[in-house]
Amino acid sequence: MADQATFQADAMGYADALFSAALRMTKNRADAEDLVQETFLKAYRAYGGYQEGTNLLAWLYRILTNAYITSYRSKQRRPEIADVDDVEELYLFKRVADVDGTLSRSAEDEVFTALTDEDIKTALDSLPETFRLVVYFADVEGLSYAEIAEITDVPVGTVMSRLHRGRKALQKALTPYAERHGLLARQSHGSEVEPHGAE
Amino acid sequence: MGQSDTNSMFPLGCDDAVHELYHFLDGELTEERRAAIAQHLDWCAPCGSAAHFEVELRRVLADRCHDRVPNALIERIAAAINEEERHGTAT
Repeated sequence: MADQATFQADAMGYADALFSAALRMTKNRADAEDLVQETFLKAYRAYGGYQEGTNLLAWLYRILTNAYITSYRSKQRRPEIADVDDVEELYLFKRVADVDGTLSRSAEDEVFTALTDEDIKTALDSLPETFRLVVYFADVEGLSYAEIAEITDVPVGTVMSRLHRGRKALQKALTPYAERHGLLARQSHGSEVEPHGAE
Repeated sequence: MGQSDTNSMFPLGCDDAVHELYHFLDGELTEERRAAIAQHLDWCAPCGSAAHFEVELRRVLADRCHDRVPNALIERIAAAINEEERHGTAT
């Protein structure tokens, strides 16, 4: 049992983390601010039920995710079509790699330096919501499958499948930015490159 | 993905390594599988290169998708909680 009197001292340090997640959920600052405020108030009211010693940030993420789904998702609901079944593994890597299927460290640095913060955020924001949330929690926040399952209230197997599809979709979404920065120029025939088995 | 170019010393092929790469990077494999993938990545330049790229991509995502919460919002939240606290003790 946690004490409500210590809530602000315990939880407010996570405001940046919650705000970052809320921005990726709502995709706009005004809604993200409202969502974070709503989350902290709900968390404060429910704090007596928080088990001390468990992951407080994960508990807050759970409240944030529920609040988002309840209050905001319906506002921007539209058909989200993401057919990633035909997107190959390592989609982006294959398009920036050399013809022998490898990428030098300097070329790799070039890719990640050229991609701007805006490119990355816009690509992530373009993912369908179910993918966006799991990719955010796994790759930005580094949470485990089990923690993400808990936060998003779906089975671990669903988390794994969404994550796999979401990562593919993200790589595909990043590719036009890489192309715009001239990073795909190394190879002459983009999608046909088969990096492995170049013996 | 490429053919499963197996090797007696390194029985794991590229297809298997790529298939399990994310679970490997997520730290969600058994020690035995983890060791097998790690060995393949050391041995196979394209797969090793791809794994490094995926790790860096993740680091870049983590570094660049964090935003600072506005101070005004922190103040608003603190005020709202303090308000509830007062009501809580008053009733």
